[in-house]
Amino acid sequence: METFDLLMQGFSTAATPLNLLYAFIGVLLGTAVGVLPGIGPAMAVALLLPVTYGLEPTSAFIMFAGIYYGGMYGGSTTSILLNTPGESATVITAIEGHRMAKAGRAAQALATAAIGSFVAGTIGTALLVTFTPMVVDFAVSLGAPSYLAIMVLALLAVTAVLGSSKLRGFASLGLGLAIGLVGLDKVTGQQRLVFGQPLLVDGLDIVVVAVAIFAVGEALWIAAHLRRKPLSTIPVGRPWMGKQDWKRSWKPWLRGTAYGYPFGALPAGGAEVPTFLSYVTEKKLSKHPEEFGHGAIEGVAGPEAANNAAAAGTLTPMLALGLPTNATAAVMLAAFVQYGIQPGPLLFDNEPELVWALIASLFIGNTLLLLINLPLAPVWAKLLQLPRPYLYAGILFFATLGAYAVNLQAFDLVILLVLGLLGFAMRRYGLPVLPLIIGVILGPRAEEQLRKALQLSGGDVSGLWSEPIAVGVYIVAALVLAWPLLAFVLRKTRGPRPETAAADQPAAVPGTDLDAPAGGQNLRPVASPQDEHVDERIKERP
Amino acid sequence: MNQLVSRLKGRSELGLAALLGVVGAAVILDGLSLSVPYSQADPVGPKTMPFIVGGLLLVCAVLLAVNVLRGGQGEAESGEDVDLSHPTDWRTVVPLIGAFVLNIVLVDTVGWVISGTLLFWGSAWALGSRRYLRDAIIAVVLALGTFYGFYLGLGISLPAGLLQGVL
Repeated sequence: METFDLLMQGFSTAATPLNLLYAFIGVLLGTAVGVLPGIGPAMAVALLLPVTYGLEPTSAFIMFAGIYYGGMYGGSTTSILLNTPGESATVITAIEGHRMAKAGRAAQALATAAIGSFVAGTIGTALLVTFTPMVVDFAVSLGAPSYLAIMVLALLAVTAVLGSSKLRGFASLGLGLAIGLVGLDKVTGQQRLVFGQPLLVDGLDIVVVAVAIFAVGEALWIAAHLRRKPLSTIPVGRPWMGKQDWKRSWKPWLRGTAYGYPFGALPAGGAEVPTFLSYVTEKKLSKHPEEFGHGAIEGVAGPEAANNAAAAGTLTPMLALGLPTNATAAVMLAAFVQYGIQPGPLLFDNEPELVWALIASLFIGNTLLLLINLPLAPVWAKLLQLPRPYLYAGILFFATLGAYAVNLQAFDLVILLVLGLLGFAMRRYGLPVLPLIIGVILGPRAEEQLRKALQLSGGDVSGLWSEPIAVGVYIVAALVLAWPLLAFVLRKTRGPRPETAAADQPAAVPGTDLDAPAGGQNLRPVASPQDEHVDERIKERP
Repeated sequence: MNQLVSRLKGRSELGLAALLGVVGAAVILDGLSLSVPYSQADPVGPKTMPFIVGGLLLVCAVLLAVNVLRGGQGEAESGEDVDLSHPTDWRTVVPLIGAFVLNIVLVDTVGWVISGTLLFWGSAWALGSRRYLRDAIIAVVLALGTFYGFYLGLGISLPAGLLQGVL
């Protein structure tokens, strides 16, 4: 019951008029950036970091929480109306939701996505309240070797599991770790990678790195391939659902939540795998499997719920262990550091007011989001008409302003441009940006734990596996790395199954290729020929 | 020679492998240049991490080069406004970078209001907007608004530059 009391205190902090205002600003901004193409919640939080220096940390984080959840709601609106997923977790929504919209059921698709997001977000946040204190209780007993092991697992998992090429993931991780090395070594005061440049002695500001990679790199990349003829959006009225739609939606919402939360909470979870799993499950259980691929409401309800529940799940390791596993959590963690708040298991003891107000504001934000998204969906859809030159010029303008305002020195803008060009090259050559940003944040902390662990053992390397938990975590990490190999061997011994997605996609996300015999082919991002195919089928129907 | 040229064609990704290699080598060389006496309190020392990171980068550089030469290709990132069917449009990107660099050069001397206006206006122009007057009005409003917003709201004084005394 102690948790409940703390949560109630959190509500009383979060429900002051000023903090409610910040929550409201957060959900509005979050929905807007979710709807707008080319700008996501991670970029929005990164751009806002410099602006929030003057705020109370609690208010700032209440706003960030609103942006985080709001981005999910807005993202699904864009996927349904535009048919181009902004991120991999909304691929499924883009497929099924857009087909519903084309078949004249945009209102129902938006409604099931919004209400499903609300249900999943609320349950997910409740699970967060339940499990996070348990994780904290467990984590405070861990020593440096176990911490190091968990960080190594998170780094490996984010790098090896997400994205299509492991090699490119590790390249990105290496670059991130190198960026994290720049500056004074905390223990000995030695300068590393400073190259005699006094402005580098304090290291690269994490805000500048995040803004460069997310905002400048993205804006330059989109500018290089800007769609000259903007995609046509499907006009939409106020979202609503009929009785039949409710009946078909509520179970997928709950099942999607059940997939989403645990995957989000794992150090490598992310939202991709659970949305795929949810889609495959709904297709299997549905009474109308033939509708899948042509706009089945279950195929929107389940994955959208999974996506939002995973977002809540991600906050569990973020708050309990200081481990970020998606881009927005990584930037929020950087924000903790900016405010001088030490992330990790002691966060709940040191900053109970902040943490519980943040969690309470997730409930509040989720409710606000449902209220502003259901009636206002047509208004949000209008944002898609914003002229692209203004959108991307604006992103560059605010990125510059934010990076400059941190220290008021033009040198930061040089770094911003250099890293922005790196971000551009990474997008061009398929290097995922998430491992880089997580490497920048976790690298220095992993090094600290490594040195602590070996200090305890007097330099003996066996100190690294002196705790049973560390050993267990390393075994899991080894399995994560060896998984494609294991899956390959297992498949060989079980005999060939030609129709699996895994057969032609050896590096596909593990888990999706377990239960995806027939659905596998549909799971890759939308290809236009397939799309035309469906158009024909829709036309054929009377 | 010709054979080499044809093999290298369309393999610009090798440049990325080279970049990884250079960064990796720089990290390791920088690590080697550190001189610290062994200390009981810090047996790992500041050199270990650079060696691990540099090693990782070098291995990635080699593997990536091999992968590219054997025909591997990174998957360019897609997005709502990204149309991968046409090649990189340098005529947009280069002016955009130009506007950015101009701001870096100017911001400390002419001040944020002027350099920020030029940044937004120039970026919008580079991205294809041709409504010069409307672009300029939006740019001035944004630059002035952020200048006063930061000063009054956050207590951060962005440089006024040439307009010192006017603003």
